[in-house]
Amino acid sequence: MTGTATGRIVVAGASMGGLRAAEQLRAAGWTGAVTVVGDEPHMPYNRPPLSKEVLAGKAPFESLAFTPKAAAADVEWRLGTKVVAARLDRRTATLDDGSSLPYDGLVVATGMRPRRLRCPGPLTGRHTVRTLADAQGLRRELTRPGVRVVVVGAGFIGCEVAATAVGLGVTEVTVVDPLPLPMVGPLGELLARALLKRHEERGVRFALGVGVSGFEGDGGGQGVGGADGGRVTGVRLADGRVLPADVVVESVGSVANVEWLDGNELDLTDGVLTDEHLRVGGRPEVVAVGDVARFPNARYDGVPRRVEHWSIPTDTAKHAAKALVAHLSGTEGESTPFAPLPTFWSDQHEFRLQSFGAPVLGRDDVRVLDGDPDGDVLVGYHVDGRLVGVVALGGHTTAMGAARYRAQLLKQPALTS
Amino acid sequence: MKVVVDMNKCQDHGQCVFAAPDVFSLDADGRLAYAPDPDDALRDEVEEAADVCPLQAIRIED
Repeated sequence: MTGTATGRIVVAGASMGGLRAAEQLRAAGWTGAVTVVGDEPHMPYNRPPLSKEVLAGKAPFESLAFTPKAAAADVEWRLGTKVVAARLDRRTATLDDGSSLPYDGLVVATGMRPRRLRCPGPLTGRHTVRTLADAQGLRRELTRPGVRVVVVGAGFIGCEVAATAVGLGVTEVTVVDPLPLPMVGPLGELLARALLKRHEERGVRFALGVGVSGFEGDGGGQGVGGADGGRVTGVRLADGRVLPADVVVESVGSVANVEWLDGNELDLTDGVLTDEHLRVGGRPEVVAVGDVARFPNARYDGVPRRVEHWSIPTDTAKHAAKALVAHLSGTEGESTPFAPLPTFWSDQHEFRLQSFGAPVLGRDDVRVLDGDPDGDVLVGYHVDGRLVGVVALGGHTTAMGAARYRAQLLKQPALTS
Repeated sequence: MKVVVDMNKCQDHGQCVFAAPDVFSLDADGRLAYAPDPDDALRDEVEEAADVCPLQAIRIED
């Protein structure tokens, strides 16, 4: 490594992706400085428990914090601050205190933030679940006696929060979504129907196929922002119904934190576009990691996509760190394009969803591989007759059943071949 | 190398089994079993297993 070992890599974002990036830079042989910048006051922590164990009061923060690898002990952590701008042509990043950090290499790991509903009504009593502070705040409200909860959005987080709320003893939980079935986007109709049935059997109510037009408040006014709208008392649906609510959870997707990269002539539509080695904007000294990266997966069709699964920060960090260190140390050579096998899971009530591959690509050809949608079931997703994903819904042994297809999915040729 | 799994945290996801099949396995009931002191040659795959554990329940002690 000539000269570059004294340089600096700045990692923008101190969540799981930032941590894994820092560790993987060391694993890839980078001996120069690594500075990780992140706006939360905490060291990186594990987020899946936020909508489940943390909300249920079963997991203290100490149990969520990642234990950084020993090799990354000399990484500099700048917490409670964030990167607000970057000049890629000058290789500098600007922090929110106005200071400037010059870099040799930059890792974009700023992740996502929850999308918020833009409709009239008060803000007080409305929650999202992305950070530890979010989950703790929501828990305080869900544990009030007799609380009525409306969850807007029937995706992963919405379904998990609804299940956790029922588990906490909340008797009125209603999930609203403009789509006709919960999680129908990632799962397709057959499993989404089975999921709906399970939730309803456990006391979750649904208002499906209808959007939200506004929020009612106890402040009497029509103001946006809570100032004169008071606290939320109900959710107004597009069909005129009003669902009474003391607490609203908005789980309507997320927005990529990329505004700080504006002005660098990058493609920032839905995350930051990367090449097949997670490099950004044709600059080999800039890579992206985690769910903010919109990357092509050589395993499938070459269309760049963002992937919000838990496994992605680790997978992207490994590949991106190797690519970045190879460039900075002048050892770039032939390298294999990034081709992760996506996997996701979701725990709701006492059952687990477990997925391998990319079911979303094969939603038009769904076949039951084992079991029965009313019980434990294993479902296969196909493109041109080729298996591209499996999802299990049920108990442990069903999830293990999905794992049996993992090797087969790994061996499949790319969809483009 | 010593491997410790916090079995109170473990939820039998099995991701460690894919990463380090010589060290971790699931029994017939789907519960995790593992070798607590694997050969040092397996360090890379055990580190990978610790990384991919959704519960972050795997610790490596030297």
